[in-house]
Amino acid sequence: MSSPEFMKTGNGEALERDDVPVMDYRDLCSTIIDKKADGVRISAMPAWRTKEGGLRMMAVLSCPVSGEILMGACDVPDPWPSLTPDFPAVHWFEREIAETWHVKPAGHPWLKPIRFLPADDSNGAETTPPIGVTDFFSIQGEESHEVAVGPVHAGIIEPGHFRFLCHGEEVYHLEISLGYQHRGIERAMVGGPGPRSIHYMETLAGDTTAGHSAAYCMAVEAMAGIHVPPRAEAIRAIAAELERTASHIGDIGALAGDVGYLPTMSYCGRIRGDVLNMTALICGNRFGRSLIRPSGTAYDLERERIEMLISRLNTVEKDVKSAVELMFNAPSVLSRFEGIGTLSAETAGDIGLVGVAARASGLECDIRRDFPYGIYRFAQVYTSTWNTGDCFARAYVRWLEICASIEFIRELLLEMPEGPVSGDVPPLKENMFAVSMVEGWRGEICHVAATDSKGQFEFYKIVDPSFHNWFGLALALRNQQISDFPLCNKSFNLSYCGHDL
Amino acid sequence: MLNYLKTRIKQKYRTMAFPDGPPPELPDRFAGRPLVNGTCKKECSLCVSACPVNAVRINPESGGPVIDTGRCIFCRDCAESCPEEIIQFTGEYSLSASSPEDLLVQAGSQYNVPAGNELAEKLFSRSLKLRQVSAGGCNACEADTNVLGTLAWDIGRFGIQFVASPRHADGLLITGPVTENMRAALKKTYDAVPDPKIVIAVGACAISGGIYAGHPEQHNGAKDIVPVDLYIPGCPPHPMTILDGLLRFIGKVKG
Repeated sequence: MSSPEFMKTGNGEALERDDVPVMDYRDLCSTIIDKKADGVRISAMPAWRTKEGGLRMMAVLSCPVSGEILMGACDVPDPWPSLTPDFPAVHWFEREIAETWHVKPAGHPWLKPIRFLPADDSNGAETTPPIGVTDFFSIQGEESHEVAVGPVHAGIIEPGHFRFLCHGEEVYHLEISLGYQHRGIERAMVGGPGPRSIHYMETLAGDTTAGHSAAYCMAVEAMAGIHVPPRAEAIRAIAAELERTASHIGDIGALAGDVGYLPTMSYCGRIRGDVLNMTALICGNRFGRSLIRPSGTAYDLERERIEMLISRLNTVEKDVKSAVELMFNAPSVLSRFEGIGTLSAETAGDIGLVGVAARASGLECDIRRDFPYGIYRFAQVYTSTWNTGDCFARAYVRWLEICASIEFIRELLLEMPEGPVSGDVPPLKENMFAVSMVEGWRGEICHVAATDSKGQFEFYKIVDPSFHNWFGLALALRNQQISDFPLCNKSFNLSYCGHDL
Repeated sequence: MLNYLKTRIKQKYRTMAFPDGPPPELPDRFAGRPLVNGTCKKECSLCVSACPVNAVRINPESGGPVIDTGRCIFCRDCAESCPEEIIQFTGEYSLSASSPEDLLVQAGSQYNVPAGNELAEKLFSRSLKLRQVSAGGCNACEADTNVLGTLAWDIGRFGIQFVASPRHADGLLITGPVTENMRAALKKTYDAVPDPKIVIAVGACAISGGIYAGHPEQHNGAKDIVPVDLYIPGCPPHPMTILDGLLRFIGKVKG
């Protein structure tokens, strides 16, 4: 059967809303399933109320082979036949739509709230379940038991609830229940861009400020019809790669800590701070706040600053090399990393894993390479993969990415394009869609913006990489010792607030 | 073994000299405590409209701006909007306060060093165990609190430690605007801390709701849920600001 054609667009491009075909639900599903065979991924699935009061949903698919983004919409029947059994990667999206709009995907295997939206935020639902109250899976039998952890955890870490279904020490399944961090960001973006919009983006996942603020700016710039000066593109990429380097160094240190290997833990904890301080040298803030703005960046780099950044980068490179190589040469560490929390490439592909975790399972995906944006259109970063899918792979891919990012930052600093770093931002065009994708340090970030007839956001959909990956952590824990949870969790290091929004 | 020693020597001794020696150097673009330098020559209130979080208002008596550092996210948009360049952001990292009034900055106002908390100085000056609760925090305040445990900061040398259970804690360190979904968990954690106990609110969100102030999904900070003894402003506060606040609180840094 030939399927109706989706609208094709590119990363960071805007298109008229009318250009996206509205098809029958069944046609949309069969097209999505057809495209799956071509290696197409689901990147976002926003839903919104039409003027007529109906519920419309849009599939935003990304095709890594062609670098195209495919968009198709349909009106959502209630109940609608769930797509999850045929295309498991949409399972979390369907749960999100079901919770937000009170419609039911019939046949969805685990339909539960993902955020536990408070009553005020729930589109007129009469009752909403209290946070953390849902029909969790349970396990029965001799020596079987459940362990509930959270929302408040032992360390300095965000809140979430984990439920381990165990047989003795062995975890049969881990159920993850989130929503504790929900602050209503997408709701507050409607009617924007407003004075707080960019600040929401900088703090929706505070450790991914450069990633999400760049994705937001790309969407706004596409809808305003402006281009970013090359020098600003370079500074954005430097900020993004510093963010990646700092986070990965911190994660490797924490992984070392989780297996009791204290030297690398101590060294990396400090070196991560040195990288954050490089970001602070650029804009004054260790997390890159107030740096990336629509049309470019708020700060330029003078020659002395570039030289200082290069000299600090060289020191970081030397320090981190000695700290991390020490760990990867320690057989006691390797024996704790290898074969723990394994996810096969097949499972990773099926559930739509992204970023470090996907690359550690051997999936070659990197937005910087597959859907190049900004400076990545002109300069390539090496995509690092490993194929064992275990904690070792997730640690080792991080290390390869640290090396690649440091090299890339140095190249950019040595060859900074000349010119301005910002310009004017005209109002957004009316009745547009824009999709922007960025490779954040955790993986694929996708923003989908839609303007109304006044050029204001009718909706603004944010998909943090954690949205795809939390379920990967749950699957990685199967048949593992419960004592390996901290290690597996750290090897994913997902965002709670980026998921909860 | 030789490798361990070689690496150890290469990595050097890194714990900072502060408070006995100088604090670490902060970057030139760092936005610390704001300063209202002089009075407005004309009425314009551009700073008020530039602020995304309503942290700036005009004092009707003086006609000049008042900046609430408990709301401020240190984006510096007010300073940029000011045609007379009255508002400046200094490199001063000391920002903590023991009351919301002390968070206000206006022309001629002095920084009120938090009057060393009597209870904290008496009971906790040599050992302060804190339970951290993230209640909607974006992981920036959390990360820069966590960093105090690394060897560069080594907060353990002051007897301050983050513990795994509220039952082992002398108080809470709260980040985030307190989402509705975390309200009950925060309250329960507070109740589980044995008396006498203290509460520290870190970051604009925990003090006032920050960027999320006014959202129905949150509670504009911790103070309406639990009593707060120390406010540490910033978005997020620099680790130096947090350390300075904690040390002043237990009387280890004065003046």
